[in-house]
Amino acid sequence: MEPLLTVENLQVSFTSHHRTVDAVRGLSFTMGREKLGIVGESGSGKSVTARAILGLVGSPGKVEAEKLVFDGQDLLAADPATWRSIRGRRIAMVMQDPKFSLNPVMKVGAQIVEACRAHSKMSRTQAREEALAMLRAVQIRNAERVFHLYPHQVSGGMGQRIMIAMMLITSPDLLIADEPTSALDVTVQLQLLAIMDDLVSQQGMGLIFISHDLHLVASFCDRVIIMYGGQVMEVCDAAELQNAGHPYTQGLLSCMPSIDRKQQVLPVLQRQEAWLNKM
Amino acid sequence: MAQQDVMIDVQGLGVSFGHGSARVDAVRDVSFQVARGCSYGLVGESGSGKSTVLKALCGLYPLQGGSIAIDGRACIGRRNLDFYRQVQMVFQDPYGSLHPRHTVDRVLREPITIHKLERAESRIREMLVDVGLGLDFRFRYSHQLSGGQRQRVAIARALILKPKILLLDEPTSALDVSVQAEMLNLLHRLREKYDLTYILVSHDLAVVAHMCDRLGVMVNGRMVETLSDVSLLNGQATHPYTRQLINACHGYDRKMIDGFVRYE
Amino acid sequence: MANNEYPQQEQTVDGLRQWLLTTTPCSRLQARAGRSYIAWLSFTRNRLAVIGLGIITLLVLTAVLAPLIAPYHPNVPDLEQRLQTMSMEHWLGTDQLGRDILSRILYGSRLTLYVVVLVAIIAAPLGLVVGTVAGYSGGLVDSVLMRITDIFLAFPKLILALAFVAALGPGIENAIIAIAITSWPPYARIARAETITLRNSDFIVAARLQGAGHIRLIVHHIIPLCLSSVIVRVTLDMAGIILTAAGLGFLGLGAQPPLPEWGAMIAGGRQFLLDQWWVATLPGIAIFIVSLGFNLLGDGLRDVLDPRSGGK
Repeated sequence: MEPLLTVENLQVSFTSHHRTVDAVRGLSFTMGREKLGIVGESGSGKSVTARAILGLVGSPGKVEAEKLVFDGQDLLAADPATWRSIRGRRIAMVMQDPKFSLNPVMKVGAQIVEACRAHSKMSRTQAREEALAMLRAVQIRNAERVFHLYPHQVSGGMGQRIMIAMMLITSPDLLIADEPTSALDVTVQLQLLAIMDDLVSQQGMGLIFISHDLHLVASFCDRVIIMYGGQVMEVCDAAELQNAGHPYTQGLLSCMPSIDRKQQVLPVLQRQEAWLNKM
Repeated sequence: MAQQDVMIDVQGLGVSFGHGSARVDAVRDVSFQVARGCSYGLVGESGSGKSTVLKALCGLYPLQGGSIAIDGRACIGRRNLDFYRQVQMVFQDPYGSLHPRHTVDRVLREPITIHKLERAESRIREMLVDVGLGLDFRFRYSHQLSGGQRQRVAIARALILKPKILLLDEPTSALDVSVQAEMLNLLHRLREKYDLTYILVSHDLAVVAHMCDRLGVMVNGRMVETLSDVSLLNGQATHPYTRQLINACHGYDRKMIDGFVRYE
Repeated sequence: MANNEYPQQEQTVDGLRQWLLTTTPCSRLQARAGRSYIAWLSFTRNRLAVIGLGIITLLVLTAVLAPLIAPYHPNVPDLEQRLQTMSMEHWLGTDQLGRDILSRILYGSRLTLYVVVLVAIIAAPLGLVVGTVAGYSGGLVDSVLMRITDIFLAFPKLILALAFVAALGPGIENAIIAIAITSWPPYARIARAETITLRNSDFIVAARLQGAGHIRLIVHHIIPLCLSSVIVRVTLDMAGIILTAAGLGFLGLGAQPPLPEWGAMIAGGRQFLLDQWWVATLPGIAIFIVSLGFNLLGDGLRDVLDPRSGGK
């Protein structure tokens, strides 16, 4: 099967007036229509990777890669027009906080309809039907009512569902979810993951799921990339994670409190400079 | 529990906002007791009223009913300086709880000045070392600190008055799991060192189970179940909502999620 | 020895830079100095703002050094020399009473600065206190204070100043009071808006939970955060204040003759505007340059100080 996304030796750096920070250093992976997890602490470069794939790293950031190919299309050579046709329609992104991603002065329904009509030609009524169907697909019970609400009138979990509905209405081939649930309650979090999971399996979509919670990612994704300091520490199948060899992965796994056993002191992650290859 | 050992006694607590038809009962008839030196956990979804209980304890919200007693003394109305020397709080968002224009030194000096305490220098130094920051951090501004470091400053600020009770409002939920572990260990160590009594509020059952001896589960402003850590470990939770939370702690499982129910 | 001097100096400069930019300052002074230095660096990146700062610095220097640099006395008439054009003796010519215009403009900068500083000292703190107290207290106090603000806001600035001066008698002090009274309401509104967003933030609640009283919260926690937007607004308003003062002077209600106030100088020169254009035009250019300087400075300060413009 031809890979959906190929990333080879991705480098992202930011230059400010006194220094240069390498946010991502030599990241490579390929993925098909599967659920791929990227895990790491803050500052590990996981979010920057997502933005680089979408071409959203603005100045003063600099993106370099040997290869960045999405479904046969070279993203490195893409001009602004190509980007517009890719973003939203082919690759969509759900961000951490729906409050900052929804337009506060526009009704929720109107925003979804607009997203829908911007990417495929259809009448207003048809788009409205599609939007309502999508809201129902993300488990919003009375979609008709939510359709006419403003973003500030919905709860965090509902807002995130709306965001997912808006991102999925164009049936993208790849969905990037950057910590989409970490601000939400545990049960709501899992329900949202279930919605995305169903859409991946029904629509044959690829999903990149970014999180700092390794347990959650391991139980949800097919494969996991573990990042530290902008570099890949380890890539492994989610099912094999318990046997992961890298001390960083082990550290991330064991530092979480568990409700199945009582520990006096949690093991603390020992970070080592030596893990990073000198560039 | 012998009467003199009860540090926090909350009986029939009720808090509501608004009047008439817009009235919302955020907390309804919540009662619990926390023994000296123990830590008590409150678990629930956002909007379940768990943070409201903490804020009502501090006198930030007026009570609609019930009573609060700290160390045997009833707390009514406006709290005085003595109360704040006994009870301190750590907030959820480490990015919002430090003044953006104050250095760490100023943040820690403020409570000392308010309470007219002596030995400001040595108190600040001691506290910085205690929370594992070290003296290098003393003159930094909060924007020069990471989330975990800010939370350590917030803990130092709360402990610099040497309180007996520390109220923790989701102290780790804005942090990475790796930093969360450091923070939980720190809180554990400080509790033993200063003989503190904790109330920890969290939506993460695993964190509460790790930190607390007893916990209460809240749904829609009511306490639906109270448990000891041992009975939680032994799977003796009875309320279906608690059981759902325990299941959710075990990670993603497609089949289980279809069985989730919203408790109103 | 002489050879060593230069590199050593460079080393100290480098050392100072490092001392300022360190991430681990070891005293309050160093932390504050480092913060100011970073603000200064971002300020100097805006060239126009630096030009503005230059103009204002020049204004201050001129005002301080006027007696030393002015070639003639500003107020002593010399009727034989009246309405001279620009020459080596009188660089900017003379007015209808034969007074040297350059000297009058130089001395006039003192009056301009006097007006600007006094209005800023009266209006900004008044607005800041009214706004923060209203925003912090909420409820009835807020309503009462803000309605008073609204009343002052409803008066047209120049007309109220005119009425005020007419009642108290013309003079520069009365003009300043009149301008100050009409210019504080916008500062109160800004401070109130900022205070309302801050009032329930965690760090204010945290300070309350440490037992900080209302006055302490307002003075030590809220005002420092409102200060920067008010400073920016005051700086941007300066041009308007200078123009109002000049307008009052022009109408004869501000500084009284023979004081070399720029607005009054324009009024005096307007009858010769066609034949001796410099008499009215040159003070006008001075007003223009100083107003522009304040506007440029204000824009630069906004980039550095105002958190909303993303200057941080």
